[in-house]
Amino acid sequence: MTEPVTPEHATGTFPVKRGLAEMLKGGVIMDVVTPEQARIAEQAGATAVMALERVPADIRRDGGVARMSDPEMIDGIIAAVSIPVMAKARIGHFVEAQVLQALGVDFVDESEVLTPADETHHIDKFAFGVPFVCGATNLGEALRRIAEGAALIRSKGEAGTGNIVEAVRHLRSILGDIRRLTQADPAEQFDWAKQLQAPLPLVQEVARTGSLPVPLFCAGGIATPADAALAMQLGAEAVFVGSGIFKSDDPAPRARAIVEATTHFRDPEMLAKVSRGLGTPMTGIGMDQVAERYADRGW
Amino acid sequence: MIAGVLALQGAFAAHQARLAEIGVESRQVRRPGDLADVDALVMPGGESTTMSKLLVSSGLFDPIAARIDGGLPVLGTCAGMILLAAEVLDGRPDQRCLGAVDITVRRNGYGRQLDSFECDLELTGDPGGPPFHGVFIRAPKVERCGPAVEVLAEHDGVPVLVRQGRVTVASFHPELTPDPRVHARFIDHVHVHVHGEAP
Repeated sequence: MTEPVTPEHATGTFPVKRGLAEMLKGGVIMDVVTPEQARIAEQAGATAVMALERVPADIRRDGGVARMSDPEMIDGIIAAVSIPVMAKARIGHFVEAQVLQALGVDFVDESEVLTPADETHHIDKFAFGVPFVCGATNLGEALRRIAEGAALIRSKGEAGTGNIVEAVRHLRSILGDIRRLTQADPAEQFDWAKQLQAPLPLVQEVARTGSLPVPLFCAGGIATPADAALAMQLGAEAVFVGSGIFKSDDPAPRARAIVEATTHFRDPEMLAKVSRGLGTPMTGIGMDQVAERYADRGW
Repeated sequence: MIAGVLALQGAFAAHQARLAEIGVESRQVRRPGDLADVDALVMPGGESTTMSKLLVSSGLFDPIAARIDGGLPVLGTCAGMILLAAEVLDGRPDQRCLGAVDITVRRNGYGRQLDSFECDLELTGDPGGPPFHGVFIRAPKVERCGPAVEVLAEHDGVPVLVRQGRVTVASFHPELTPDPRVHARFIDHVHVHVHGEAP
C-alpha cells in the first residue's frame, strides 16, 4: 500500500495503526470479561486484552443479540491494566466503533462473534484514528477488509468452540492462496482479483511480496499451548485466545503456558514442558454440533 | 559478524529485514544458547511487560546482563529501550530492566494508541542530512538522561534516540521505516568500537 510520508506530528495514520499490530506479533491477546481477569491476563504475559461482556462460549450458549460491551466495564478494564486494550464492535456498526474510540481503546475488533448490524457493509475503517482488526476465512475476505482500512487480519476460526479445526482451515486457505498467487503471472493476477473479489492493486502487492500488507494473526478455537504453536507454525504471527483460557479449569497457568508456547512455537521440548499439568482445558464442541457458524458472518 | 535479534515477542522480523538490507547476518535469540556467538544484540519493540517475563522464564535475563557488562553492543527500540533503561516509571511492579543506559523512561509516556504518531526527526552528526522518519507506538518517554548519555535525536526537546557506551536506545521504531541509517550507525559503531575497524 502507498504510505504518504507526513513530516509533521501525525496521529491515526495507517503506518501508526499497523505499527501497533507489528508490536503485538509473537504474543497472545486474551479475552477478558472483568478487570480481575484482565489483571490475570497481564500478569500471565498477555500482549493485550480483548474486553468483552461474555466470552464467545457464553454468547453461543445464551443466544440473543450480542452487542458492544458496557462502556463502564471497558473503562474498568482500561484502568486495571497497562497493556493495550481491545474491544469488539458489531460488523457494520460504525457508531459502536465511534463509542469505543471515544473510550480510548487501543484497537477495535469488527467482530463476527457479535450479531452483525449490517448484512452488506463493513465499517469504513479509514474514517477512524483507532486501528481495526477484522476476521477472514480466505484471502479475498482478508483483502476486502484491508481495502476498507483494517490494520490487522485474524483468522475467524469458530469462536467459542475450543476447536482449532476452522482456524486451521482459514489459515491454510489464506496462506496457501498467498503462496499460489506469488506464482501467478501478471495476466493471471487479473483473474485472481476477479475470483477473490478483491481490489487488483492489493492482489498485485500480495503477488509481489508474498505476504498480506498487514500482519495475520490466528483466532477462533485455541484452547491449548499446542494449538497456539500449531497456528504459529502454520504461519500466523500471533494468537488471540478467547474462551480457551477463562473457560478452562485453572486459567492463570494455562494463560502463562500459552504465552510460552507462542514464543517457543518451534521448540517441541519447551512445548512439552509448558503443556504439563495444566488441568482440564475447556470441553469444546465438534463442528457438527455448532448450531450457528459465526465464520459465515461477514461479506 | 552476526547480530542476535531478541525474538521472544514483538517486531523482531522487521529488525532482521533492516539488518539484511545493510548486509548484516542476524539470528533469532530465544534461549541462552542462541547468544553464544552473537557480536551484537537488537532488542525490538513489542510489549515490555511480556518480554520482561519471557526474559526471566527463558533464562535469558542474566546471560544478557552479563554479556552487556562484558561490552556487548545493543540496540533497543521502544520496549527494548524500556528493558535497557536504569529506571522505568509506570511499569508493572514485577517488571525487570537491565539498567544498561542511565535514563529514566515513562512507559506509554506519549499516551495510548490514539496518541501514537509519526514525525520527522533530525539526527545529530548529520547536519543538513535528510530527516529520519520516526514512528512512535505507545512509546516510552525519556524523562531523565544521566551525564554519560549522548543524545542523538530529539522530538519537541525530549530525547528520542540516545547512546551510552555501546548501547543505543530509541523511543521510536527505525525497524518500521525503510531508512537504514539508525541500524547502519549502530553497526558502524560496533565495527569501530568493538572490532577497531573502519566501517
